[in-house]
Amino acid sequence: MGGIPHDHYEPNSRGEKWLHRRLPIVGLMYDTLMIPTPKNLNWMWIWGIVLVFCLVMQIATGVLLVMHYTPHVDMAFASVEHIMRNVNGGWAIRYIHQNGASLFFIAVYLHIFRGLYYGSYKAPREVTWIIGMLIYVLMMGTAFMGYVLPWGQMSFWGATVITGLFGAIPFIGEGIQTWLLGGPAVDNATLNRFLSLHYLLPFLILGLVIVHVWAFHTTGNNNPTGVEVRRTSKAEAEKDTLPFWPYFVIKDLFALVVILVAFFAVVGFMPNFLGHPDNYIEANPLATPAHIVPEWYFLPFYAILRAFDQEVWVVIAANFLTGGIVDAKFFGVVAMFGAIVVMALAPWLDTSSVRSGRYRPMFKMWFWVFIVNFFVLMWVGARPAEGIYPYIALIGSTYWFAYFLVILPLLGVIEKPLPQPSTIEEDFNDHYGGDHGTPGSGSAAKAPTPAE
Amino acid sequence: MSHAEDPSGERRDFLYYATAGTGVVVAGAAAWPLVNSMNPSADTRAASQLRVDVSGVAEGTQLTVLFLGKPIFIRRRTADEIEAARAVALSELPDQSARNANDESADAEDINRTLSTPDGENSGEWLVMQGVCTHLGCVPIGEGAGDFGGWFCPCHGSHYDTAGRIRRGPAPENLPIPAAEFIDDSTILLG
Repeated sequence: MGGIPHDHYEPNSRGEKWLHRRLPIVGLMYDTLMIPTPKNLNWMWIWGIVLVFCLVMQIATGVLLVMHYTPHVDMAFASVEHIMRNVNGGWAIRYIHQNGASLFFIAVYLHIFRGLYYGSYKAPREVTWIIGMLIYVLMMGTAFMGYVLPWGQMSFWGATVITGLFGAIPFIGEGIQTWLLGGPAVDNATLNRFLSLHYLLPFLILGLVIVHVWAFHTTGNNNPTGVEVRRTSKAEAEKDTLPFWPYFVIKDLFALVVILVAFFAVVGFMPNFLGHPDNYIEANPLATPAHIVPEWYFLPFYAILRAFDQEVWVVIAANFLTGGIVDAKFFGVVAMFGAIVVMALAPWLDTSSVRSGRYRPMFKMWFWVFIVNFFVLMWVGARPAEGIYPYIALIGSTYWFAYFLVILPLLGVIEKPLPQPSTIEEDFNDHYGGDHGTPGSGSAAKAPTPAE
Repeated sequence: MSHAEDPSGERRDFLYYATAGTGVVVAGAAAWPLVNSMNPSADTRAASQLRVDVSGVAEGTQLTVLFLGKPIFIRRRTADEIEAARAVALSELPDQSARNANDESADAEDINRTLSTPDGENSGEWLVMQGVCTHLGCVPIGEGAGDFGGWFCPCHGSHYDTAGRIRRGPAPENLPIPAAEFIDDSTILLG
């Protein structure tokens, strides 16, 4: 596996040799675990492991929750309370699962932004990026359907609004919406299929995660310099890399412990901080909550959805050009999904030959505006769509699209990048001082400390 | 094995295409019942009619029933409400269509939105409509709410008048009127 020269697994004992000839699974695991990894990876490279941990945690707690949950409109809400009050440790399992979704999304956003900043999506890692985007979309679908299952007011009305998006598709929308819901409105059929899909999709994600890891193990990891590992000889490759085990596994586990301390503080002391109180009222199709808001991780896209109302000129133009087929509602839906599509196309929209944002002075500025804009959209998505808020949402949405469709293509042409280190080894030595710096010591001291 | 000379090339091509074509058709035929199983089931479709007893609905009150998973407002309007709704000129309305499933082409005049009583007379007293805001699907508040004495949607501030017509706010259309008729003096058949 992989183009970086390194030692491969050699079966030693008779038993190992016997198995290796029949199924080289130990070799596969060895090569996966011992993959040469750029030794200059910083703390933004921990999120992959955090994400794998989240997926496993969500599947494990989810499997247990299903054992006590009843997917029926009359019993779902009560069965969740049954989990909270009667099931042994049920409250903890549910709160971990509920807040686990938030941790999952915090990690995935940091992971995506890491990729955007250090140009991890650029050749030859486009396939890794695309698979990552597919995982992200599946995560959103899974999280949305999971939020419907407790059958509270936000569950029900969130499901009504989101499935209504599909109803906005011209001509076939209504048919698709009815097909998705299994009836004219969100009801028992909807709840049942959402549970089925909420259980299925995480396993599809797991499959894609394996392909995602396979893809970047073939190309090798990106790193903060964006400079490739030297592959001309094993000796040179070894100067740029360290094996994943134990160096990066231990680093990632340490980061995971720190993150889990914060996570369990939230689970234990403020488990509903990120939730919405209306979801502790049972679903009622006859009364709408005063203000429907999705979970925090959907807010930026919810803001983009609502930004394009019938007073925006592009909407008016689209409406006129298509003879009224594309109305404001459908335009908003297209914009929301389009926001993810342009992000997925980043490998082909970014024209710069320099991979890492570290050596791109102009890119850096636009990138941080993009990050700030992400949080502005998140904030405005939670506000009611009135007064000044729609304008802020519109400016934010415009910047989102401009970043991918205008800024990234143009910067590659007009920007003068800074000099890059010629090798990862050079960057590592600059940072840690001396060519024998103890790897992973994390010491900020510039001078070498041989006493260690 | 050499393929340099293949005397039956056309026949082989035909067999490839025929096999592939049959495969696609069979796969599609096998997939369709699976996809179709997610469409509304027979009992859901059978519930597409509902008889509502309206004998208890006094003037100036509203009965809300759940029909096909959505609320239906059945309002017996007061003389003042009828008068207010009829006084509105068509040109003042953002949506000019009656949105009435019983008469698709009618304009939004008040008379085109109300339901005829069993004797065939349309007194304007009975207003039956789906209580789902045409903006994002919330349920509007009734009992004379909003600036036009009809309904008001709390989600994004759409105001509907006493005939359920959109007057102000983000909603694009009047509240839709479902297929409905009086089948005797005190029963409305929905659907």
